[in-house]
Amino acid sequence: MSVLRRIPWALVVVAAALLVPLAGSRFYTFVATEGAILALFAVSLNLLLGYTGLVSFGHAAYFGIGAYTTGLLMKQAGVPFVLAFPAAGVLAAVGALVFGFFCVRLTTIYFAMLTLAFAQIVWAICFKWNAVTGGEQGTPDIPYPDLGWMARLPIAGDLGTSDHFYLLTVVLVAGCLWVLRRIVGSPFGRILTTIRENPERAEFIGVNVRRWQLLAFVIAGAFAGLAGGLFGIFSSGVFPDFAYWPKSSEVLIMTILGGIGYFYGPAVGAVVLLVLNQQVTSHTEYWPLILGTILIVLLFAFPGGIVGALDAAVRRARFRRA
Amino acid sequence: MPDASFLFAQVLSGLTAAMFLFLIAAGLSLIFGVLGVLNFAHGSFYMLGAYLAFQFVQWFGHDPASFWWAVVAAAAGIAVLGGFVERFLLRHLYGKDALYQLLFTYALVLVLSDAAKLLWGTQQLSVSRPAALAGSFSLFGAVFPYYSLFIVLLGPAIALAFWLVLTRTQAGRLIRAGALDREMLGALGVNVSGLYTGVFVLGSFLAGLSGALTTPVRAIVPGMDVEIIVEAFIVVVIGGLGSFWGTFLGALIYGQVLSFGILMFPRFSIFSVFALMAVVLILRPWGLLGRPTAT
Repeated sequence: MSVLRRIPWALVVVAAALLVPLAGSRFYTFVATEGAILALFAVSLNLLLGYTGLVSFGHAAYFGIGAYTTGLLMKQAGVPFVLAFPAAGVLAAVGALVFGFFCVRLTTIYFAMLTLAFAQIVWAICFKWNAVTGGEQGTPDIPYPDLGWMARLPIAGDLGTSDHFYLLTVVLVAGCLWVLRRIVGSPFGRILTTIRENPERAEFIGVNVRRWQLLAFVIAGAFAGLAGGLFGIFSSGVFPDFAYWPKSSEVLIMTILGGIGYFYGPAVGAVVLLVLNQQVTSHTEYWPLILGTILIVLLFAFPGGIVGALDAAVRRARFRRA
Repeated sequence: MPDASFLFAQVLSGLTAAMFLFLIAAGLSLIFGVLGVLNFAHGSFYMLGAYLAFQFVQWFGHDPASFWWAVVAAAAGIAVLGGFVERFLLRHLYGKDALYQLLFTYALVLVLSDAAKLLWGTQQLSVSRPAALAGSFSLFGAVFPYYSLFIVLLGPAIALAFWLVLTRTQAGRLIRAGALDREMLGALGVNVSGLYTGVFVLGSFLAGLSGALTTPVRAIVPGMDVEIIVEAFIVVVIGGLGSFWGTFLGALIYGQVLSFGILMFPRFSIFSVFALMAVVLILRPWGLLGRPTAT
């Protein structure tokens, strides 16, 4: 057991992810790219859901803002990816700051409703502002970033453009997750946990609850924006659906499915749900029916999510041996 | 400036929409007020009410009264479905985080929308207007169908009946007490779990009823569940979650904002109602007629 625990699993997963294009299947690379991006999206939501105890029903707003920012900058203004990608995070953070300022004043169900209302406003703007966003049809043909330098690398050189973008995505997502991991492990992260456990007591010991909640909201929004920026390029187009409420509920389900009590839980949930979606939709069009059933089983039987259930099973096994 | 009769027609159409919304939002607000559960599946019950009404009209044949029997049967069917959902599923999530209840009702939305597609297909269905209310009349130059008049009168009638039940009867007293303090009510020897089932059944009945009643004026299509639940949410949030007259007021405001929003900013009508909701939440988070929650 102790040997297993000494292995840096996060690095192993990243290394394994980097090897996916060598399998030579474009489909695998395609799914893996989406999985990596959605994993970041879900983990960013969990900063609110699992760590701060805020239920956001409008996290797709920041995903959408990020996607439109990067996409439009790269396509319409010809801004290079190096600038357009961080811009997604910055603009999403600004959006989260403005909306979050109002949201953190409310609690529980009202907080959830206001995040939803703001997300719908973002969606309505994307949907209707034809001149800039392309309206209902979205903006297609977002170019891939110029990754010519990768072609000169030894092994990666033989791969195609989408593989190059995948490698870039893995590195960026891993970097973002590392930063998020540091954030939740920092004193700031502990304050968020304190707020989740008992806001009144946090207030008593001198924590400015609203301000820290707002900061968490902004950070979560920024990383959702970065995920969105990658997603727009991945789907080679940005569409109003990115900010629509089913996207918000989808990422919520991913987070719960993986387990909100674990840092990497939502990432696992994102990948599992994505793979499941690919498998099910190739057989039947009734994906929502399956998704709903999974969700009901999950809520009643495994409220801790996949990682929670695995964790409990491992604990049980260890207890029996001792 | 459009002429007066046109404006009047616009007000009336807003009023009709408001009454439909009130019928559905009243159930949503009631369930939230007593059970503390925000029921996403309320819109699905509304949709199933519409589909059931269609089905019953098919079965009962086309004699003049068949529509009304179909409406009653559909509403009753949805009430039974609501009872099952509360008794066998939702009940087990009461002690848990509100998030789990929300996600459960959301899961129901997914399952029920596909169930409706499996049973009735994806094509648009419709029910013809009952013969007694088929015509229309004109008022100040605006043409107004009798059926809309019926809805505009039915809304306040149900609101009034509801209010009388809530304030004047023993059952209403228990419902209000349940909304205030469920533990105290249980300690006083009231069967709270039965009360919860009753309230959920009543709320579902209202959803089914409004779904069935819309069939003559709106097409029955997949997706109507989500469309209506978003609107109903806005209505109860504007009026105040759990507040009865707040829901009524919210529905009236929503109907007019939508009706005139389309007129003034045709491209931003969705935007106008969400903006309205955001403004209300910022200024009065507990809604126009709701009570601030103790924090």
